[in-house]
Amino acid sequence: MWSFFHKFGSPPWLYSIAGSILRWLLPITLVALAVGLVWGLFFTPPDFRQGNSYRIIYIHVPAAVVALAGYYVMAIAGAISLVWKMKMADVAMKCCAPIGAALTFIALVTGSIWGKPTWGTWWVWDARITSMLILLFLYLGVVALYEAYDNKEAASKACAVLALVGTVNIPIIYKSVDWWYSLHQPASIKFTGESTIDPSMLYPLLLMIIAFYALFTCVLLMNMRAEILARESRTGWVRKLAVSGGRG
Amino acid sequence: MYFDSLGAALAMDGHGAYVWSAYAVTLLVLALLLIAPGRRRRRLLRELNGELKRRQNAPTTVGEEGV
Repeated sequence: MWSFFHKFGSPPWLYSIAGSILRWLLPITLVALAVGLVWGLFFTPPDFRQGNSYRIIYIHVPAAVVALAGYYVMAIAGAISLVWKMKMADVAMKCCAPIGAALTFIALVTGSIWGKPTWGTWWVWDARITSMLILLFLYLGVVALYEAYDNKEAASKACAVLALVGTVNIPIIYKSVDWWYSLHQPASIKFTGESTIDPSMLYPLLLMIIAFYALFTCVLLMNMRAEILARESRTGWVRKLAVSGGRG
Repeated sequence: MYFDSLGAALAMDGHGAYVWSAYAVTLLVLALLLIAPGRRRRRLLRELNGELKRRQNAPTTVGEEGV
């Protein structure tokens, strides 16, 4: 157990293991994403009430789901770096923030585009949408706060605290469609009880959700590899890597 | 395939503009996410490589700089 932690704290080990994971995970992710996109766009029936505009679901829901899951990853990494002063946890936290911001942005923009033909409006200040907007600001806040400090240790601490405080928002996002009745519909996929979505639409949606999770993992690993190099540029192993042309 | 023709797939019964713009924005953002870290990593390695080479050659060039 401790040797596992020890390994995770080792930048060269993490750099190379991330590289070898990416070698197979990245191609699989891209294929899954491509298959899911084509499936959702062309090979699913249209929704009987919304017509074809519903096809936005195949990017909107996965982006929103993974934007939320990414926040957990960021907050947990922040907590680990805060409590155990683990440098690599801090790297993970910092690298989650821009991905989470991008996915939240996608969820908001696609939701807005979807809202126009479906609800007749681009935007409503309902609980789900507002709490997602707060999520975007939390992610951007972590990005900005990290850059605002010259002292990296202080930056790490401040961002971890911000990330942890921001977790209050997560259950609000989940419950918002049940607590406040609004335009945004409740979840159609349920782990308990019957899902209110046809299998012909459910399977491509599940594939896209998995693909977005995998994409988050890939981009996180790639961000961390770059971040590790930037922080470790004075060390022997990075210099050796630079001289050898980055192979390894 | 659900659509009869490419034109029908593009039009999506009048919802084409919404669906395609949503997918375009998404793919653009995802592409940026995927491309940026690799570029940053390679740039860092290249810069470090250049810096190390300069330093290696430094002892012979220091004297010439003053001339």
